[in-house]
Amino acid sequence: MREGYEVIYQKPKTLTDNRMHYCPGCIHGIMHKIFMEVIEEMDLQDKTVGVCPVGCSVFAYDYMDVDMQEAAHGRAAAVATAVKRMLPDRIVFSYQGDGDLAAIGTGETIHACNRGENFLFIFINNGIYGMTGGQMAPTTLSEQKTTTSPFGRDKKSTGSPLKMTEMVSQLEGVAFAARVSGNTPANVRKAKRTFRKAIEIQQLGLGTQFVEVVSNCPSGWKCSPVESMNWIVEQSIPYYPLGVFKEPGK
Amino acid sequence: MGEIRFMKGNEALAEAAIRAGMQGYFGYPITPQSEVIEYLAAEQPNHDYTLLQAESEVASINMLYGGAAAGARVMTTTSSPGYSLMQEGVSYIACAELPCVVANIARGGPGLGTIQPGQGDYFQAVKGGGHGDYRQIVLAPNSVQEMVDHTVLAFELADKYRTPVLILSDGAIGQMMEKVELPEPIPYKPVKPWATTGKTKDRERNYITSLYIQSADMEKKNIHLQKKFKEIEENEVRFEEYMTDDAELIITAYGVTSRTSKKIVDLAREAGIKMGLLRPVTVWPFPSGRISELAESGRVKAFFSIEMSAGQMVEDVRLAVNGRKPTFFYGRTGGVIPTPEEVLAFVSKRVAEL
Repeated sequence: MREGYEVIYQKPKTLTDNRMHYCPGCIHGIMHKIFMEVIEEMDLQDKTVGVCPVGCSVFAYDYMDVDMQEAAHGRAAAVATAVKRMLPDRIVFSYQGDGDLAAIGTGETIHACNRGENFLFIFINNGIYGMTGGQMAPTTLSEQKTTTSPFGRDKKSTGSPLKMTEMVSQLEGVAFAARVSGNTPANVRKAKRTFRKAIEIQQLGLGTQFVEVVSNCPSGWKCSPVESMNWIVEQSIPYYPLGVFKEPGK
Repeated sequence: MGEIRFMKGNEALAEAAIRAGMQGYFGYPITPQSEVIEYLAAEQPNHDYTLLQAESEVASINMLYGGAAAGARVMTTTSSPGYSLMQEGVSYIACAELPCVVANIARGGPGLGTIQPGQGDYFQAVKGGGHGDYRQIVLAPNSVQEMVDHTVLAFELADKYRTPVLILSDGAIGQMMEKVELPEPIPYKPVKPWATTGKTKDRERNYITSLYIQSADMEKKNIHLQKKFKEIEENEVRFEEYMTDDAELIITAYGVTSRTSKKIVDLAREAGIKMGLLRPVTVWPFPSGRISELAESGRVKAFFSIEMSAGQMVEDVRLAVNGRKPTFFYGRTGGVIPTPEEVLAFVSKRVAEL
C-alpha cells in the first residue's frame, strides 16, 4: 500500500482472483460479488456448498471460492437436494439461469420447492439464453426479439413469460420467495439484504428460499449495458415486479 | 456364518445396501424393482440413511450426483425404461468421477416393453448408454445371494475407482426368493478429500465438474479416464466356469440365463456331449481373455451365446473368439426365458452341421 493511501473497498475474500468471463455490463458479476460478500460477512465460507448448472454461470466455480458442483442442464435442484440432505448442517445454494430453472429444469424446481428442500435458489432471469447466443427463453417478454423469435415472441404459439417466483410462492414448502434486481445501486443493496435474509431462513430450517434476480443480457439483447439497464426498468420490472412474495410468519 | 434369511432378490439387494453402509438412496418406483425402495422405506426408522422418492429417474440420478459429490455412499435402483432416462446423468457421473451404485433390474423392451425379465439392456450397460467415451463396471448377479454380494462389492469398487458401478440384474432375479447369507454391517467411514463438504481453511476449494471447455483439457481428462478403465480391465474381470475343463462346446451366458445354461450343460453331459459354461460375472470388464484362451484350445469346437435378447453379448464373445471358432447365438425376447430343452435342440442341430 502506497504511503498516504488506505484500503476503503475491496472484493470479498470469498471471490477468487480469476478474471470473470462475463460480458461487459452483465449483472452476473454483481450478483456473484454481493452473494459472496454475504457468505464472507456471515463467516460461512467453510460451510457453503454451491451448485451451478449449464448456462453462462456454469463457470461460477472459477469465481466463488467455496466448494462447488457443476450440474447437468436443469438438474441443479435435484443435485442441491441431495447435497443438503447428505450435509444438512451446510449452507447450500443453486445458482441458475432462466433456461435452466424455468425450461429444462422446471420439474426439478417445482418438486424441490414443494418438498420444502432447505436450500437457496438464486434464479438469474435475463429472459434469454445467453450462453448459446440469444435464443428465446420461457421468460422472454412478449414481442421481445431473439434469434429464435426474430419477429418478436408470439404469445399465441409460445405462451406467456413464466413468472416463477409467483408460481413457487404458492407452494407450501417455500418459506421465502422474493424478486430483486441489480440494475441500480439501491437495488443491488436490496438484493444483498435479500440474500442475507434467505440464508438466515436456511439456518433456521424453515423451508425453501427462492430469490429471483431480474437480470440483463447486453450481448443477447443486442444493446449497450446502459440500454440494458433501461430495458430492465421499462420492460422487465413492469412484468416481473420486485418485492417479497412470501416470508415466514407473513 | 452370517445371518440366514429367505428373501426376494430386490429386498436382498436393499438389505445388503444398508449393511454396506449406504448413506443415501434416491429412487423412483418402476416394476419389477419397486420392492427396493419399499423395503428401504420400511426399514428406514431402524437406520440413519437418507431416503427420498424422487420426481423422476432423471432427478434420482442427479441426486446421486449431488450426494456422491458431497462424499456420501449413495445408490439408486430402477428398471429398463428408467435406466434409459438416467443415461445423461451416468455420463456426467462417469466424467466427474463420482462413486455411486445403480441397479437396473431389467425387463423386456424396447419401449415400454414388458415387465417380464429381459437382457436387452446389455449394449446400453456395457458400451456406455450415455454420450461420450466412458465405461462403468457392470456386475451381473445370477442369484439372490449374488444380489447381496454384488451390492457390497459394487460400493467397494465404486469408491476404489471413483466410478459409477452398475448392477445389471433382471426381473427374474429381482423377484425370485432364495436363501441368502447376509454380511455383518460394515462400519463405513468415507475418506474423500475431494468431496464438496465445505472449504475449510486448510485446503483450496473443491469443485466437481464434467466441463472441460478447452480441447486440450478435455483430451487430458479422457486420457486419464481411459487409463483408469484400462486398470479396471486388468484387475476386475470376474467370471465363473462350469465343467469347461474337458468341454468341446462352450456356452456363454450371464444373469438368469446362466442358470438355465447350467441345466443345459447337465442335460448335454447326460447325452454324452462335452459341454461347459462360461458365465461372465462382470460383463464389463468382459472376460475376453479367458474366452480367447478357450478359443485357442484345440479341444473347443464352438461357442454358443444364450441370451434373453436378440443377440447382444454374442458380439463381445465373437470379438474375443476373433473368428477362430464358430460362435452361435440363441435368444428369446419379450420376457420369455429359454428352456434348456429348446436350447439343447438348437445346439445339437448346429453341432451336427459343423
